[in-house]
Amino acid sequence: MAFTFAAFCYMLSLVLCAALIFFAIWHIIAFDELRTDFKSPIDQCNPVHARERLRNIERICFLLRKVRGTAPRGRRKGKADRGPELVLPEYSIHSLFCIMFLCAQEWLTLGLNVPLLFYHFWRYFHCPADSSELAYDPPAVMNADTLSYCQKEAWCKLAFYLLSFFYYLYCMIYTLVSS
Amino acid sequence: MSAPAESPHPAASARIPPKLGGAAASGAAAPAGPGPAPHQQNGPAQSQMQVPSGYGLHPQNYIAPSGHYPQGPGKMTSLPLDSQCGDYYSGLYTVPTQNVVTPNTASQQPGAQHMYGRAPPAPHIVGSAPGSFQGAASSTSHLHTSASQLYSPFVNHYSSPAMYSANSSVASQGFPSTCGHYAMSTVSNAAYPSVSYPSLPAGDPYGQQMFTSQNAPTVRPVRDNSFSGHSTAISHPSPLPPPPSHQYHQQQSLSGCSTLSWSASGLSSTQDNLIRNHTGSLATANSNPTNTVADSLSCPVMQNVKPLKSSPVVSTVLPGASRRTPPAADRPAEPLASVTQPSELLQQKGMQYGDYVNNQASSAPTPLSSTSDDEEEEEEDEEAGVDSSSTTSSASPMPNSYDALEGGSYPDMLSSSASSPAPDPAPEPDPAPAPSAPQPSKMAKPFGYGYPTLQPGYQNATAPLNSGVPPSSPGYSGFQPYAQYPGMNQLSSSLGGLSLQSSPQPESLRPVDLTQERNILPTTPVWAPVPNLNVDLKKLNCSPDSFRCTLTNIPQTQALLNKAKLPLGLLLHPFRDLTQLPVITSNTIVRCRSCRTYINPFVSFIDQRRWKCNLCYRVNDVPEEFMYNPLTRSYGEPHKRPEVQNSTVEFIASSDYMLRPPQPAVYLFVLDVSHNAVEAGYLTILCQSLLENLDKLPGDSRTRIGFMTFDSTIHFYNLQEGLSQPQMLIVSDIDDVFLPTPDSLLVNLYESKELIKDLLNALPSMFTNTRETHSALGPALQAAFKLMSPTGGRVSVFQTQLPSLGAGLLQSREDPNQRSSTKVVQHLGPATDFYKKLALDCSGQQTAVDLFLLSSQYSDLASLACVSKYSAGCIYYYPSFHYTHNPSQAEKLQKDLKRYLTRKIGFEAVMRIRCTKGLSMHTFHGNFFVRSTDLLSLANINPDAGFAVQLSIEENLTDTSLVCFQTALLYTSSKGERRIRVHTLCLPVVSSLADVYAGVDVQAAICLLANMAVDRSISSSLSDARDALVNAVVDSLSAYGSTVSNLQHSALVAPNSLKLFPLYVLALLKQKAFRTGTSTRLDDRVYAMCQIKCQPLVHLMKMIHPNLYRIDRLTDEGAIHVNDRVVPQPPLQKLSAEKLTREGAFLMDCGSVFYIWIGKSCDNNFIEDVLGYPNFASIPQKMTYLPELDTLSSERARSFITWLRDNRPLSPVLHVVKDESPAKTEFFQHLIEDRTEAAFSYYEFLLHIQQQICK
Repeated sequence: MAFTFAAFCYMLSLVLCAALIFFAIWHIIAFDELRTDFKSPIDQCNPVHARERLRNIERICFLLRKVRGTAPRGRRKGKADRGPELVLPEYSIHSLFCIMFLCAQEWLTLGLNVPLLFYHFWRYFHCPADSSELAYDPPAVMNADTLSYCQKEAWCKLAFYLLSFFYYLYCMIYTLVSS
Repeated sequence: MSAPAESPHPAASARIPPKLGGAAASGAAAPAGPGPAPHQQNGPAQSQMQVPSGYGLHPQNYIAPSGHYPQGPGKMTSLPLDSQCGDYYSGLYTVPTQNVVTPNTASQQPGAQHMYGRAPPAPHIVGSAPGSFQGAASSTSHLHTSASQLYSPFVNHYSSPAMYSANSSVASQGFPSTCGHYAMSTVSNAAYPSVSYPSLPAGDPYGQQMFTSQNAPTVRPVRDNSFSGHSTAISHPSPLPPPPSHQYHQQQSLSGCSTLSWSASGLSSTQDNLIRNHTGSLATANSNPTNTVADSLSCPVMQNVKPLKSSPVVSTVLPGASRRTPPAADRPAEPLASVTQPSELLQQKGMQYGDYVNNQASSAPTPLSSTSDDEEEEEEDEEAGVDSSSTTSSASPMPNSYDALEGGSYPDMLSSSASSPAPDPAPEPDPAPAPSAPQPSKMAKPFGYGYPTLQPGYQNATAPLNSGVPPSSPGYSGFQPYAQYPGMNQLSSSLGGLSLQSSPQPESLRPVDLTQERNILPTTPVWAPVPNLNVDLKKLNCSPDSFRCTLTNIPQTQALLNKAKLPLGLLLHPFRDLTQLPVITSNTIVRCRSCRTYINPFVSFIDQRRWKCNLCYRVNDVPEEFMYNPLTRSYGEPHKRPEVQNSTVEFIASSDYMLRPPQPAVYLFVLDVSHNAVEAGYLTILCQSLLENLDKLPGDSRTRIGFMTFDSTIHFYNLQEGLSQPQMLIVSDIDDVFLPTPDSLLVNLYESKELIKDLLNALPSMFTNTRETHSALGPALQAAFKLMSPTGGRVSVFQTQLPSLGAGLLQSREDPNQRSSTKVVQHLGPATDFYKKLALDCSGQQTAVDLFLLSSQYSDLASLACVSKYSAGCIYYYPSFHYTHNPSQAEKLQKDLKRYLTRKIGFEAVMRIRCTKGLSMHTFHGNFFVRSTDLLSLANINPDAGFAVQLSIEENLTDTSLVCFQTALLYTSSKGERRIRVHTLCLPVVSSLADVYAGVDVQAAICLLANMAVDRSISSSLSDARDALVNAVVDSLSAYGSTVSNLQHSALVAPNSLKLFPLYVLALLKQKAFRTGTSTRLDDRVYAMCQIKCQPLVHLMKMIHPNLYRIDRLTDEGAIHVNDRVVPQPPLQKLSAEKLTREGAFLMDCGSVFYIWIGKSCDNNFIEDVLGYPNFASIPQKMTYLPELDTLSSERARSFITWLRDNRPLSPVLHVVKDESPAKTEFFQHLIEDRTEAAFSYYEFLLHIQQQICK
């Protein structure tokens, strides 16, 4: 029974993993919100609704942006205080794991995480068509296949994080006990 | 927001408190004092305008944020410019000399006249009331008019020409009690689909809302329920109103003029006023008491219709009308005109033109007008010139008018298409291209295809049934359009029968060995395949012009689709100009309760009271109201209702469909006036076009217009009515743009018409000496956005160079050395997302940005186009535009502008596409913002916009034999009505691969592939996209090859339905958008991509694969008759130089441009007879028209070209290309079957494919 670095890594990642789960759930909710639209004709044609809907889509996309963009001056005020972007923290937390596991020489755990790490890198650098700072492009995100892709992605991540949560829990105990 | 526009002008003042209106107001203006209704968006300043002291107030307007404005009394003309004063400063404003009060009388008058379009003598109505009259009357009347307009939507519906019967309904609205409506006037044809339902509830909520918001209501005394009608009536010079009841009846009978009733009902005092006002108004003897006013307002000048034509039309129409029988209802019958009078002829004519009008009466200068409400819609009718007696009873509903509803129109098209509707067998009189003719169906094709009842001749024309698959040429001859109708029919049915047991091997499945078949291209145009449905459904199905699917036989499972390797998707042209459109007015629009599908011809009625949705299969109740069929006037036949008999219908949306009053038409022009722009000289052309078409801009009396110009600063123009000259306000703070004055930048078109005209006359010369080379496009767009955001509308941006200042500035990204690179083409995507974000903001505010890019150098269209792409605008590009050096571009701009300014427009639109459960849409193509997975948000919709949708099959369709697609486009017409246009397409489901191949619509497939390729080249790379295109051919042909049992490995075999597939793909690869190795400027390439994305199929196909005809030997063989003209029909030639003989002359139709290529040893007779030059050598290098010579060959050539032109919205520019002139490369690049240094010839391409397949 010793408190090794590996054990520390697992403990920390356990906590952070909870945060990742939160992010994944947030994604799911966000995309679900995007997908649902009111089919009532009143809402469809209502310009207020149109605007709100658009803002909503934009808001969600901006929350998911990769880089804090510089809002052009003179335009909508609200843009600056749009809140923190959610994508980058998620990616960085996850890469932090990987680095820690690398240092702790937990090869198996690292191996499990590397595919996702690469996926994140790809996602981060391969931006949608023509936008430099958004991971999700407002005009494109509502295309059914894009949207369903995003939803699937979010669900998969949730599953992955949940599993890894328990895996970390197990590993933490295991390392604490075994050594 | 109520119509903000109105407020500024004095008239508006009238609206205010009712009390004022009525009573008093002798000095109409004065009362204004109380202030026009405050509009939300306006700054405080606005109201002032009205106040008497014109002066003092002005400054206020400028109060804007910080600056101080030097105001001087000076006039704007010489703006001394700019920036000395720091921020913005308003170029001196001219102080309005008149008092506010006066404007009413004096200034307004002209405006008013315009509005009404009436001949000057009759100063009726509203504003027009000259001072003397005007007191109370003017104010009140004004009120009414405005009110009427607001309400006009309601009125209109009824008016929709189609339904005369409908009109009666209007009346009914007002007077619910009277039941008579249904009794249609005898005249009105039963056939008319358009239905109106009896009564809106008297206290219609909508009406109420409107009132409140508008303030207007106050004025009207009493009867709320009647609002719409009522108002109109008032405005009108109504002849003395007969006792109400009487009138009412009259109206009904007259179908058209519902409005009367209103007048009758209510209006005591107002009427009097009116009467007084309208000196001119004569009581028409027969006619209804005319309402019109409102309508007439809108059509100020009407010149369109040429009287000449009218006569023929009439004749045709009439017979047709009579013929119709109710059951035939599918097509709205031609209205029977209650004819006899010459005037009617005109009317008819008008009908033909669709937009223009129904009753000329209204438009007619004569004060009396019989007009029905329709007129409002048809404002366009430009019949003013005609003296028709207006008297025609409105009874004749003009069918055509529907589409015209809101003004945009293009006459030519309409006329041509109109013919088709005309059932008349007799070709001659037909104004339009003879129905009997095999029209290129795509263009103007009438609904006809669906409607069986037509005369045989007509049928032939429209229903070229050849299953789309052009049979190989020899065989095809049999199908000549002239073939007798029955024959055709049989043919179609046999083709149709394909998958079913009947025919072992349908024509479309006949294997064609591509490498052996030398003449793959049929000599006649390729028609859309007809889905293999039973005869009844086939008749009901949506016209392929509006709605096409790449596979007319839908595979049962995704697996089957994957096996076929064909793209599945829809191509839509939802807002196409139609000549026949049933318009339905009903209290309740019947929709499925769960999926909200509109009832359509493909639903099934389980019994009398229930229907089953064809998309989600839910069983719904049939509402009581739906049981009554107004066409047949029978009860209990819901399946005979027009909604169920027509797959394309338009509903007038009730108030449920709007939460704010429909927006007025608002147009803002944002013009580049930097040195570069002035040098190019587009301003002259634009201003000229605007001046000519100002009165034809679609809209109603609320229409607003504004102008902005920009170079390194932004200039606004105050056109507030009452000013003696336009004022220019300059904002030089481009980093934080603001509006110098909150209102009066967008002004009511009719009230400030004189100022607008002054401005347009002055604009071209105002900047001639400018030295400003910078262009602050981004800030100008931001300002435009701010200006438009309260209402939404259309922003037209003219830009001539790369934006170089402020937000959104761009750098040149093109490397000229890379133009002909075969490797990577970069920069197809935007450089900044500024424009995209702006577009999204605009879209949220219902504003569309249309971009006109006229530049001689690289302007980064890839970035600029985003502003239109996501706001549902459209893009026009004129490379190397110069008004003198490049006359053909100038001509093109002129023509495009004419179409652009006058075509129909829909505002604040949304389009929802639904499909049968099991199918799902996943990617959309076009210009719009996708707001939800099946909902496209379109700030504007125009008739030239096309869309594409990719589909996938999510669940097996094994338990259904039919699938349906429905698009519903909800929009606000330029007349302020909410309308829903619904198209429904029904297709069979098949389970065998062979059937899937049999049903391929190769043109649709190509267009969808082109759209997908554009996406691919932007998101990935151009070479990827090219590979994908080639792979599409390879995959589908190899998949087909493997299904054919007798494998001939050596041969490249395609089913007949796909035989043109490789050819079209090759054509795509040689398009500017996708070609490599040939020098292509980046902007040209990007523009071609934009066109692919947003053009409707018909136009796109011409662009992809032009039509080539030999025209030096035109004969009358096979000619068709159109409008008394004989139009020869030369066979199509394949696009190869081998077909070009030196002895010949060839016409190439590329959609937006025509080339006539003259061979070197072309017959001198031809050159002399047609071109008017003695020999080849004397033909000038640049020739863009054919002279009107009095020779047979000239006549034939011209009638052929005219006929081609008439079939499309944009009048193409003609280039005469001599062999060996430098311009010939333009021509030769379209010969896609030939080899170029960078690309395969057709035969090589086939070999390449074969090789790929064998691998």
